[in-house]
Parts: sequence; structure tokens; C-alpha cells
Amino acid sequence: MGLKTKAKIMDEDGIRRAIRRIAHEIVEKNNGVENLGLIGIRRRGVPIARRIAEEIKQFEGVEVPVGILDITLYRDDLSSLSHQPVVHQTEINFPVTGKKLVLVDDVLYTGRTVRAALDALMDLGRPMLVQLAVLIDRGHREIPVRADYVGKNVPTSKKEVIHVHLAEIDGDEAVYIMEKEDE
Amino acid sequence: MKRKHLLGLQELSKEEINTILDIARPMRDIIMRDIKKVPTLRGKTVATLFYEPSTRTRSSFELAAKFLSADTLSINVGSSSVQKGESLIDTIRTLEAMGVEIIAVRHQQSGVPKFISLNTKMSVINAGDGFHEHPTQALLDLFTIKQKLDKIEGLKVAIIGDIYHSRVARSNIWGLIKLGAEVTVCGPPSLIPVEIEKFGVKVEINLQRTLEWADVVNVLRIQRERQDAGYLTTLDEYRDWYGLTQEKLEKLKGKKLLILHPGPMNRGVEIDDYVADGPNAVVNEQVTNGVAVRMAVLYLLAGGNESGNVD
Amino acid sequence: MGMLIKNGNVVMVEDGKISKMDVLIDKGIIAEISPEINRNDVEVIDIEEKFLIPGLIDMHVHFRDPGYTHKEDIHSGSKAALAGGFTGVLMMPNTDPPPDNATVVYYWKEKSKNIPLNILFSGCITKGRAGKELSKLHELKEAGVVAITDDGNWVANGAVFRHAMEYAAALDLLVITHAEEPTIANRGVINEGYWSTVLGLRGIPKAAENVAIYRDIEIAKITGAKLHVAHLSTAEGVRLVAAAKKLGLKVTAEVTPYHLVLTDEALAGYDTNLKVNPPLREAEEQKALLKGLLEGVIDVIATDHAPHASYEKNVEFNDAPFGMEGLETAFPVLYTELVLTKKITLEKLLLKMTVNPAKILQLPKQGDIKKGNYANLTIIDPKLTLKVSEELLVGKSKNNPFLGKTLTGWPVMTIYQGIVAYQRLLKGVQ
Repeated sequence: MGLKTKAKIMDEDGIRRAIRRIAHEIVEKNNGVENLGLIGIRRRGVPIARRIAEEIKQFEGVEVPVGILDITLYRDDLSSLSHQPVVHQTEINFPVTGKKLVLVDDVLYTGRTVRAALDALMDLGRPMLVQLAVLIDRGHREIPVRADYVGKNVPTSKKEVIHVHLAEIDGDEAVYIMEKEDE
Repeated sequence: MKRKHLLGLQELSKEEINTILDIARPMRDIIMRDIKKVPTLRGKTVATLFYEPSTRTRSSFELAAKFLSADTLSINVGSSSVQKGESLIDTIRTLEAMGVEIIAVRHQQSGVPKFISLNTKMSVINAGDGFHEHPTQALLDLFTIKQKLDKIEGLKVAIIGDIYHSRVARSNIWGLIKLGAEVTVCGPPSLIPVEIEKFGVKVEINLQRTLEWADVVNVLRIQRERQDAGYLTTLDEYRDWYGLTQEKLEKLKGKKLLILHPGPMNRGVEIDDYVADGPNAVVNEQVTNGVAVRMAVLYLLAGGNESGNVD
Repeated sequence: MGMLIKNGNVVMVEDGKISKMDVLIDKGIIAEISPEINRNDVEVIDIEEKFLIPGLIDMHVHFRDPGYTHKEDIHSGSKAALAGGFTGVLMMPNTDPPPDNATVVYYWKEKSKNIPLNILFSGCITKGRAGKELSKLHELKEAGVVAITDDGNWVANGAVFRHAMEYAAALDLLVITHAEEPTIANRGVINEGYWSTVLGLRGIPKAAENVAIYRDIEIAKITGAKLHVAHLSTAEGVRLVAAAKKLGLKVTAEVTPYHLVLTDEALAGYDTNLKVNPPLREAEEQKALLKGLLEGVIDVIATDHAPHASYEKNVEFNDAPFGMEGLETAFPVLYTELVLTKKITLEKLLLKMTVNPAKILQLPKQGDIKKGNYANLTIIDPKLTLKVSEELLVGKSKNNPFLGKTLTGWPVMTIYQGIVAYQRLLKGVQ
């Protein structure tokens, strides 16, 4: 089954603007940056979290710590895969206990990744609160999860797939809706 | 890694070995946390079936399984029907019928894990078979070397002692050679197995020369119970000629040498107290890393869809 | 009652000739061999240019009867032999009780008397094959054994073996030796070499076999007895036998089909069906065995048909018994691996499987297709290709090392003294 591009829904400027807005919202909602930490979910949550931290630094002048969370070992779909995905290191170099954490990911879909991320985070300590920031929310939740910060809401059908391209990983900046081709 | 069983390092590719070592790193991080548990293997059952006494390897497998949230079952030869003369095949079928999915097997006979793998739907991990292989031990040795020296390729590694009876030696040789290390085996002539050179290793019977050459030494345990038919002259001669003593290390004039031992150690025979507890020995790290490596192996083998048809 | 076999490619082994002939059988004897025989008063079968060969003779089989009839018995073993194209077999004395006196021989004779197969008997050299005291050798000879052997064990005590050879010379008994010095073999389970080191299995050095052959030949020299070295597996063994022959000693030797076509590398998967004694060796040894066979140093190919029940073989490697069964696959294995690959001619191969064993066992009017000989004949279909499977094998045990292999040149009919003793029924073939 192949994928074909249906539409480009964000370009480089769109992504930058969305991330900048999320950065502002985070600071606003948390009354500043005190005790704040960003946790990027591997893979594409990581560069987004770094960019949010960069934006915050620009207008607040403060470096917010960024951690990397690998949720592979917490996934609930391992036994349905043909073989095991590679596990990467979780790199969170600050204590999470007592922190205000913002989980960052590229796309929010079923909510299962966020569930895994929350479980993984709780095994690392006891944060004061956890919020969620995503670049794209495409709907179709299977778990009661809601994002606190959304770059763009995109209504999709289940046959569609969202591809986020980021320069750090993919070499270019764009968000596409792809469609699964029938046999 | 698309593989159902881990029977030995001979059959693994360099890439597969590296995948295991890479995944062992995040696994080691989990062991270092306050909450040493991830839910990955929830609902899976891992059994250890040990036909040979072993505290270390069995506990290591059990902890690895528990840290991954698997249920564990430990079959002790002394406390099961094995002693009542039940055939191995029947024991295996019983475990399978009980719903065990992964089994770590230790047996005094070479080839038993392979034999089991041909007769079961479970994933089989070789936890040491006869003089054949002990893949998870070699993987933890490789992991430890890489952790301490940042690489394997190009290193000079000496394996010292009873090579003939050593599954640790064989698995280490396969792994080290695949990852690009140079390997020398050093031991009494009666305990160097025939045609070992064909593995791609050098044979040396002089320990001092070997130590001068090596970056890493892996000191094997002398298995006294296996020393029949005149393999050894005497144990004190063994210590003098092949034991890793402080005097031999002093002659190296401060040269850096990483010292591994698979344990349990015969202190005063193959390794001196002072060396075993000295700054170059990494015996305790090996134990910790053993759990991490076994977590990685369990994780990788537990994959696959319902049919288990991944091989 | 007679039979006319028309249009066969008849292999006359001693003459080294294969020619299209008709063969007439009368009263169990070969009555006539000519290019064209026409008769309408006898049964006529047209074999359409299939090979007609002398019935094969296997001087090394284990029928496990009495004592181990869960593995094989005289009836099931005979069925396997006939299905493999054999019309003569020499039974080894590895039974319980063993034939160290005439009792077991009488039992064998009684049980085998109606079987259309020339079943020959061997007795033990020593009581219980234990290597200590001599068997009742006179009694065994009178009861009809043609050979004595402690097969499976080497008679390690030199004095005992020497005296056995002295009796054997006087009684005209062939002494068959299983040459393996046990302290050098030292509980080994496969050939000592690269693969024993890789697999971590105890190795049997070739020296264990060579030392034993050397001693046995020296004893043959001082006693003048006829010595037959069973299942040679080493290059040095071939050299020792060649040297003994050069000295004019009455020394003969055999090799098994599996030592000619398999090497120890095949053991990489710890398949206990490949566990055998002497063990499968390296390719260099195999080459020397084939050379010895071609040059006449090795006289005979014998199967060492050693059946074991699957529950006995399907265990840990060290615990599995030694031995492979192989009567039914011997000819197709050799035809496929050696004749079709042009390593040996069919005539020469058959010399080792018919004429030579008949000579060594002193079987008159057997071993070749000649006028006046017994009509012990086998028809081989050189085009028939079958995959070896447990279902294909008619013997009781299935521990065949060639399971899963596809082989060509199968026996399709075995005739014993003019009677069709075996006919292959092929699924889906009229």
C-alpha cells in the first residue's frame, strides 16, 4: 500500500509561526518560565521542543531545560509489530520531580503515544504538573487525552496520514496530508 | 533483529550484535533509575530452565525479565520432574503448554538450546550450553569493553585459561572477531582446542607475552570439576604460569589493561585477590551490564506478531 | 516355475560390462543370459532398459534382534534390506543376549528361515562383547556363523585379541574389527577437528582409529587370520590397509556410504541422526576413502545399518546413541552422489557391493550375474527420483541421515532365488 501526497498544509513560515505562538502560550499559561521543563518525545517532538526553548529564550532571556523521552518500551502495540523497534536512550538531565513539564510531540492522533509518554515520565519521578504541546492535532482520539497547546487543528479521515518534515531530521520544513492508496 | 532464538554469537551478524549492544544502553539507564521497571513485556512469561547450578546467570535473567514486567518462572533441576527421568522434550512441551513464551536454558551438554529450538514454539535463549556458547555473557563482555574503551574495533583482546571447556571463550571469540577486534587465546597446551586458529585467533602459551600485547584480558574460570584425564599438571603450576598475578601486572610497568572475569572467581588460582579487586578489573560492572544486555535480548526476542513467525 | 526378464541393462560386475540382455531364471538359478530370449511358458517381465544388477550384499547390519526389537527385528530389517535391493546381509552380534554361544544363532536361524533373504550370522569374539573372555568359538562356528566381531567395541586387550585371531585362523572365521582405541577416543562423540571445537563437543581423534588398525594388522601378521576392518574413516587407515595388503596379509576393509558422501560439517546443527561411530570426518579423509575405494584398497561398501527409535535419538547430543540406519538409501545415495557425478563407475561401485562381499564371506554362486548363479537380482530404475522421508522408509526406525534429500536410482524390484521378494509401489504410478 503506497501513500500519495494529498495536500501541503503548512510550510516553513507556518511551522515557525505556530511554534512561536505555542512558546508564548506556554509562558503565558504558566506565568513565566520558573520551574518549567520541556520534554520532546522521540523523534520529531525533540526538535520542536528545542525550537520552543529557543523561542522562549529569545523573548524571556531564560534557557528552559529540554529533555528527550524515548517511549518505545512503554508502547502498547509491540506484539502487533513484525519485529521490535530500536530502543533509544531517554536523556533528561534534570530532575523531573516537582517540575512543570510540557510534553512536546509533532502529531496528536489516537493519544496512545501520550499515554505511553506519561507512564514513562511518571517512572522517572513526580512532576508538579504535565502539559501537552503538539504541532498538529488531527483528531480520532482513542484515549481521553487533550492537548494544552496546538499549532494547527487538521480534520482528517482515518485513511489519511500526516507527515511532518523538520529540517533537523528530514532536511526540509513542511506538513503534508498523505492518503493511503487502495490496492 | 528478526530472529526468534538466541543460540550463539556464531550465527549473529555484526549488525545484530550492535543492535543488541545499542539497546542495552537505554536498558542500563533503567537499572540505574529509582523505579527499575518498564511495562514492555507485561503479560509475557519468561522461564529459566537450568540443568546446571548457576546463581549469577539465572538471577540476571530473572531480574532482566522482571525489570521488563514479564512474569518469571524458574525451573530448578533439583525440584522438578527432570530428576524423575522425564525427557527434555517432555519438559519443554510442558512449559510450552503452560504458556511460557521465552525460555533461557542452561545445560551441561553442548547443543541443547539448538535441540530445544527445533522442538518448540517458544523463543529459546542459550544461557550457556556445555563447551559451546554463552552468548549473553559474551554480549555483556563486549558491552563492558565498549563502555570502558569506547570501541571494540582494533582492540587487542586476550582470553586466558581453559579455552577447551569454555563456552565463554567461544562466544567471545565470535563476537570480538565480528566487531573487528584482534583476539589471542592463551592457556595451557592441553586446554587449547584443536584448530581454534580457524576461528581467526592467535594462540599463545606464554602469558607474560600475551599481557604485553593486550589491551583487554578476559580471565576464564578454571573449572576444577572438568579437569580429568590429565589436563592440568597441578593447580599451583597453573597459578604460576597462567594465573593473573600482581607480579605479572607489575612487569607491565603501568600499561593500561582492562581486566574482565565472567565469575565466579577462583581467587588465588586464575586471578589474584589484589588484581580482582584492583582498579583495572571491571567484574562488578560486568554483572550490572549482564542484566542490561539480557533485557535487550529479551526485548528483541519478545517481538513478532501473534504467530511468532519472525525467523 | 521360471521367469524371463527382458530388455534389462544387465551389469555383469566382474566382467565390468553393462549390456542389453534378456535373463532367464529357472528353479531359482540364472539359466541363460543372451541378447534375445523368447519364451511363452514362463512369466515375462519387460524392464525397459532399467539396470539389472546382482542382488546387493551388505556385510554390516544391525537387526537388533533379540533384545532391542523396538528399534528393528529380523523381519523389519529384512524388509528394509530387500527394499534397498539387498539379497544378502551379515548380522552383527550387538544383541541382548549376544551370540557368544550358539543359542542366539539357533534363534536367528529359526526366525529367519522363511525370509527370502540370505541372512548370515556373526558371533561375538568375547563373552558379552566385554573384551575379557573368549566366546565359545567352536560352537559358534558349528552353529554357522561366518565371522566373529565385538562390533561397537574394540577388543582392547591385546592378548585376548591375539588368541581370538589364532582360533579364527584355525576355524576359518573372518574377524571383523571395529577399530577404535577407547582411551584416545576418550568419550568423544564426533570427529576431533574444527567442528568439534566450534560445537564444543568432545572429539574422537583419528589417531584412535589408526592406532587400533595398526595393532590389529600386527596381530593378523603373527596369527595369519583373516582380518576385516569395518567402516574405515581415515586416510591413515586406508594407508595401513594398503600396506598390509602389499605384505600379502589377509586383510580386507569396508567403508560406509555416509563416510563417502558426508563430512563432519553436516553436524553443525547437532542433528543426532548424524552421530555415528566412527564419526563423519573432514573432506580430506573422505577423499582418501574414495581413492582407496577406487584403487582397491577398500574392498567393500557396507551400510552399518544401525537403527534407533526416534525417542532414543531425539535427545541431548551426548545422550543419543551412535548409528544411522541406511539399508534402503545406500544404493540411491551412492548412485546419486558418486555414479551420477562420475566419481566412480556403476560397475566398480557394484564390485564393492556384490562380488567382493560375496568373496570375503565365501558365498558360492552369489554376487554376480552369471549363468548358474543364484537368481539374486535387483532392478534399479536409474530415472526414478524420490525424496527420502520417514513414510518412504519401511524399516522400523527412521534415523536416516538423508531424510529430506532427493535421490535418484532407486531399487524397484528385488528377486531372491527367482522369487520376487520386493516390489516398489509408487504412489500415483500405474
